[in-house]
Amino acid sequence: MLLAVFSALLVLLSGCSSLTVLDPKGPVAKTQSGVILFSILVMAIILLVVYILFVFMLSKYRASKAAPDYEPPHEEGNKWLEFTWIAIPVIIVAILSVVTVRSTSAIEKVAEGYENEKPLVIYAASSNWKWHFSYPEEGIETVNYVNIPTHRPIEFKLYAYGPISSLWIPQLGGQKYAMSDMVNTLHLLAEEPGSYMGKNANFSGEGFAHMEFEALAMSPAEYEKWVDEVKSTASELTEDEFNTLLETKHVGRKTYTSTHLSFSPAPEGDNAGHNHGGDSTDTEMDHSEMDHSEMDHPEMEHSENSDHSSHGN
Amino acid sequence: MKWDEFFVTGEPMIYGAMVSIVLVSIAIVVGLTYFKKWGYLWREWLTTVDHKRIGIMYIIAALIMLFRGGVDGLLMRGQLAMPENGLLDGQHYNEIFTTHGVIMILFMAMPFVIGLMNVVIPLQIGARDVAFPRLNAVSFWLFFAGAMLFNISFVIGGSPDAGWTAYFPLASIEFSPTVGNNYYAIALQISGIGTLMTGINFIATILKMRAPGMTLMKMPMFTWSVLITNVIIVFAFPVLTIALALMTFDRLFGSQFFTMANGGMDMLWANLFWVWGHPEVYIVILPAFGIYSEIISTFSRKNLYGYKSMVYSMVVISLLSFIVWAHHFYTMGHGVMVNGVFSITTMAIAVPTGVKIFNWLFTLRKGKIEFTTPMLYSLAFIPIFTIGGVTGVMLAMASADYQYHNTMFLVAHFHYVLIPGTVFAVIAGFYYWFPKLFGFRLNERQGKAAFWTIAISFNVTFMPLFFLGLKGMTRRMYTYSESTGFGPLNLIASIGAVGLAIGFIMLVYNIYWSFRYAPRDTTGDPWNARTLEWSTHSPIPEYNFAIVPEVHELDPFWEAKKTGKSLFKGQYEEIHMPNNSGQPFILGMIFLFFGFFMVFSWWIPTIIAGVGIVIMLAVRSFERDHGHHISVKEITKTEAKLRGEGV
Amino acid sequence: MKLDNTLPLEYRSEENSNRIFGFWIFLGAEIVLFATLFAVYFTLWTRTGNGPSAEEIFEIGPVLIETFLLLTSSFTIGLAINAMRLGLKKPMMIFFIITLILGLGFLGVEIMEFVTYVHEGATLQTSAFLSSLFVLLGTHGAHVTLGLLWGGGLLIQIKREGFTLDTANKSFIFSLYWHFLDVVWIFIFSFVYLKGLM
Repeated sequence: MLLAVFSALLVLLSGCSSLTVLDPKGPVAKTQSGVILFSILVMAIILLVVYILFVFMLSKYRASKAAPDYEPPHEEGNKWLEFTWIAIPVIIVAILSVVTVRSTSAIEKVAEGYENEKPLVIYAASSNWKWHFSYPEEGIETVNYVNIPTHRPIEFKLYAYGPISSLWIPQLGGQKYAMSDMVNTLHLLAEEPGSYMGKNANFSGEGFAHMEFEALAMSPAEYEKWVDEVKSTASELTEDEFNTLLETKHVGRKTYTSTHLSFSPAPEGDNAGHNHGGDSTDTEMDHSEMDHSEMDHPEMEHSENSDHSSHGN
Repeated sequence: MKWDEFFVTGEPMIYGAMVSIVLVSIAIVVGLTYFKKWGYLWREWLTTVDHKRIGIMYIIAALIMLFRGGVDGLLMRGQLAMPENGLLDGQHYNEIFTTHGVIMILFMAMPFVIGLMNVVIPLQIGARDVAFPRLNAVSFWLFFAGAMLFNISFVIGGSPDAGWTAYFPLASIEFSPTVGNNYYAIALQISGIGTLMTGINFIATILKMRAPGMTLMKMPMFTWSVLITNVIIVFAFPVLTIALALMTFDRLFGSQFFTMANGGMDMLWANLFWVWGHPEVYIVILPAFGIYSEIISTFSRKNLYGYKSMVYSMVVISLLSFIVWAHHFYTMGHGVMVNGVFSITTMAIAVPTGVKIFNWLFTLRKGKIEFTTPMLYSLAFIPIFTIGGVTGVMLAMASADYQYHNTMFLVAHFHYVLIPGTVFAVIAGFYYWFPKLFGFRLNERQGKAAFWTIAISFNVTFMPLFFLGLKGMTRRMYTYSESTGFGPLNLIASIGAVGLAIGFIMLVYNIYWSFRYAPRDTTGDPWNARTLEWSTHSPIPEYNFAIVPEVHELDPFWEAKKTGKSLFKGQYEEIHMPNNSGQPFILGMIFLFFGFFMVFSWWIPTIIAGVGIVIMLAVRSFERDHGHHISVKEITKTEAKLRGEGV
Repeated sequence: MKLDNTLPLEYRSEENSNRIFGFWIFLGAEIVLFATLFAVYFTLWTRTGNGPSAEEIFEIGPVLIETFLLLTSSFTIGLAINAMRLGLKKPMMIFFIITLILGLGFLGVEIMEFVTYVHEGATLQTSAFLSSLFVLLGTHGAHVTLGLLWGGGLLIQIKREGFTLDTANKSFIFSLYWHFLDVVWIFIFSFVYLKGLM
């Protein structure tokens, strides 16, 4: 019965475009949905084997079918059988491991075919319960919506003014955490223009459920037009205004012609939370890896971080 | 602090709870007084050091907590049944999913498993009690104090609201200023100490107190699983102790471990939490594997297939369980290297788990399968848990996890693992060992009806969540708009949850009905089972075995029945048993007050209670209690009575 | 009760040997506990925020005194157990008392050390480094304190009852505990103080 249900669901799955995660609009999400579909296929085969054995055993060896004097044998096990069900899973895990490592390293860098494009860097900071998007290149900032050009790698720099949150635009790619004492980099790319749902995926308190935003992908030309429009219509983001924003729970959409990075820089480089003086030969595993693995980007903008004060507020 | 801050106010649901708590308390007090049961309660239960009674108390507490956690779950499903539903507000929903998680894992699954361990292990290894009976009672009362303290938060001060994972900085005083997370830190700490003591106790019991002839490789599989589980407890729980202590320091004394300034590191909490948290999953799953092994073997009328590989696979699982914790936060920004390594170790767990699944399937082969209620739960476990397992492998793939993380897909996965893995197992174990404890079986027809209701409703509740996850619904959101399209699947899941509730009501009715009407079992072995616990009478005499059994084979009782040889050689001898003591109960209650005062930072009462704890320890140290002896005459009398012979 | 008279008193009954075995398991849990605290400390020890660093506050003098006191006390508790096995009540008690006095001395110096830190503005609340330092040292110190209370109680019992199955067993277990605290201190001395001063 369960088998039938599950295979029916599988059919549903493969043909179902309403499943956002399996309806990718960019290479990162495509890689991930590919991995997901492949793993579902492998898992379905495993399930099938288990279910066939299960149904077979239950239908053949029930007491009601056995002779009343039937005495089940004493069995210690069987070397070859046991070897088989160790060896085959090991092979499967090995295959999945290769797929995992390759796909993970693929999504942690600029998507294939776009290596020569200069990525658009967007600083995405969360605060209770909003998203602030800063475009240092263009010198503009938006709140609770983000517009991006298609066919250009986007490099989100994630951090938080408050609890851990997680930036997730399922149709463009998976999520990553935004935290208060370090900057994470999330590579995304849109190949089709459109409006995509973006949200915070990590529980961050009372207003969490409403922490959604729109990610609007538009052609490069339209994007340029939008940037110009912002510059001519919106106003500057002052420090006071930004602090008010941080303190307000829900603010709707906002647009500004300057970013908060100049007076409240991201926790990276000299502003990182791991701001240890003197010698810093750090032996602790989590720390060193988390700290530096994502920071090998040549275009790290130290110039913006003139203010060396602690980032916390 | 003002009174209206002290008590939680403004919620009709909570007023209802307060009224019902007061009414139930009055009813209990009046009932006990009217039926003159205070003495009985104190002598036979509150002061007991008997592993069987302690086990029963654990199980009763677990069932009550199952009710509380279940109501939380129902409220969550009720709120999510429709888009923009107004049953609960955000804050209330956050509290409820937090308490649902904490209660179900720490105050339901753990004590249920520990309760079954308590009941079964000494019997299965042919011992008269655990190694440290008094400590065992202390463990129980500390667990009980922790559970009580945690539940008090519902009406006094407010429940924790940062999720059962209590990630910082959200759980810090800055973002969770109520006392809710103080309750979390302190209640878990108190019951965690109890659990650690249980771990030490059962390792010593199993390694030092087995019947003569029972070598390690002749131990029943449940005993093996419990041994390994308790080793995990001893190595994992100190990490929780530290994590909670640091949390307490951060929240009450202003230290800077997980804060956002002065060098604090929020990621450290996540690491510490999951270094304990992942082994914790196996602490509740491995005993379940043991229970299933016993039941499947019994009702296939066959020995367990691949006994050795079953043992080794559990050992491997327990080792791997300590090196996979980072898979709970692939998205924290580790490098490809770290994520890759943790992906591989995580997927590797599938191999020993698969070994177990196939061994169970081959135990069924050539068997003579009887579909009793405990067997039905054990059989249903295989296909359902396998779904949980394979989705676990899917989640283990770091790149894909970026899309599943924090979504309903994850929620579906761990319910598919924990409900068939643990809840089905403890129910199966409950049905299976119930006649041993109480001397009669639970009604089979009702039991099966409850089983089918629970098993089907379970799939209706949680299967849709896989799809909701893939549609982009994150966990822990208290509401969603209609335009998301999450509505229909959520409604199906909520209907399933109602079915689950009905199933559990049927189960409770089954217990009630059977207590009143079920025919007594006089054999002591109603299931025609295989291990030592069935070789003594039901209900079990205080001393378990009049004569300590001698073991030559795995499944010694089965061998004895087949060959006609007796397990019990020799004559009755005087039996030494520990005395009851009120100290563990008193210690537990002092801990309860100690914790409560600490939650509210009332330091003088806290210090007084702390001194009380030290005094209790001193009293114990100066006490000389060498137990009592049961005379041969008394044993002969009891045995004759239990055999149904006239005295 | 079955007694195996070939064994030392503290192991002689089955209950006694179970207790010692159980205590070893408990020490296993204690190792994990301190290992976790060390891991926390190593993670946070360079995260000094606006507060002082390890180099700025550590002083080798008091630490050497603490080390000397605790190491010696570990030796004297060993002598006490040896005396117990020889059945010498009075020497046993003298060594036991010396152990407790040394422990008390250790605690005194440690408290002075903490007071100095606080006067220098290095408190639990100052930075992650100091939080982890105080909690690591404090946990060890709390263990020593508990050990002093426990040992004091035991001493009274030995004086009253002499060497019995109970008192011998308890004293032996206490010595295990005390040695363990010494081992933990050696790690603290090497990896907290020496590393911090280097």
